[in-house]
Amino acid sequence: MATFSFAEGDWRAGIFAQIKACGVQQMAYVPDACHASLIKACHADGYIDCTELTTEEEGVALLAGAELGGMRGVMLMQSSGVGNCVNMFSLLKSCGFPFVTLVTMRGEWGEFNPWQVPMGQATEETFKRSGFIVYRADTGEDAAAMTGSAIRLAYDSNCAVAVLLSQRLIGAKTF
Amino acid sequence: MIERREAIAHLLKDRPDDLLVITGLGSPTYDVAAADDAAENFYLWGAMGGAAAMALGLAQARKDKRVVAITGDGEMLMGMGSLATIGARQPENLAIVVIDNEAFGETGGQASHTGLSTNLAAVALACGFRKVITARKASELDDVRALVIEEKGPVLAVLKTSAKELARVLPERDGHAIRNRFKKAVST
Repeated sequence: MATFSFAEGDWRAGIFAQIKACGVQQMAYVPDACHASLIKACHADGYIDCTELTTEEEGVALLAGAELGGMRGVMLMQSSGVGNCVNMFSLLKSCGFPFVTLVTMRGEWGEFNPWQVPMGQATEETFKRSGFIVYRADTGEDAAAMTGSAIRLAYDSNCAVAVLLSQRLIGAKTF
Repeated sequence: MIERREAIAHLLKDRPDDLLVITGLGSPTYDVAAADDAAENFYLWGAMGGAAAMALGLAQARKDKRVVAITGDGEMLMGMGSLATIGARQPENLAIVVIDNEAFGETGGQASHTGLSTNLAAVALACGFRKVITARKASELDDVRALVIEEKGPVLAVLKTSAKELARVLPERDGHAIRNRFKKAVST
């Protein structure tokens, strides 16, 4: 089993601690640089089943299936992936599935790639129109607290919850 | 050609206690409901392209159960990337059955890609499935059943069926009711 420890000051450590404290056993993801340390931590955990997806909508169906089997899950994605999920979100609403996703935001704060702006700007509204409760984290402390409360809200009250990790928090990518 | 209702009835006959089924929207949902409307069936009425991925999530959550996704060629084509995801994960307790009539039956019978060029069994094999079968005759259904129910997954069976329209057998379509019924039946 690979071991992993977060770099000092990496606020994803707080998110990971909440994921663990809330008993999440499946994590689905489309890779994203800003989720990279969190993805590594989940893979190294040994208790969390990590499923790499070819497209984000798979993760919606996957975690609904996990919930049918009694397991809690979290999906990690980037804002550009939210639009890929829209019809699959109907599964959550039609059946009352709990669902939690942590979304790294692009296209909103010092973005250098214009192709990221349309979906980044549409992300929050897309979630709301799809029936999600939406949190937005601008600090690492908020990101951790919101992750914990999103998981509890989702799985205790059968809600779909998105936590947006703002681009101001994660830092604009520059290349 | 295989008759789809007979094939699914054969597959689910004397159903093992540990078998959980997720159906793709449209005719596969009706076929499974006609054969055996068990609480351990989760019927999709939408979410096209999600049946296989949903079955993977369930299979990973319940390694003590056999999970079978029963879907159509159109639904599987829409979720073809999930075959790659399943291949990467190698769930030993997961099987997929594609009822392949080479047509989009719900929408007017338009020819699908599987009748033109795409071989879904070959796709699954190329994605890392352990074993696949393409059945065209009723005499092959015992082999299909053995693969789907017993063999180490991930496995996939394609059943080549006629595109004939059959009477619709409509199970519960309230998603909350379907989910609650299923969860109650399979909770530990």
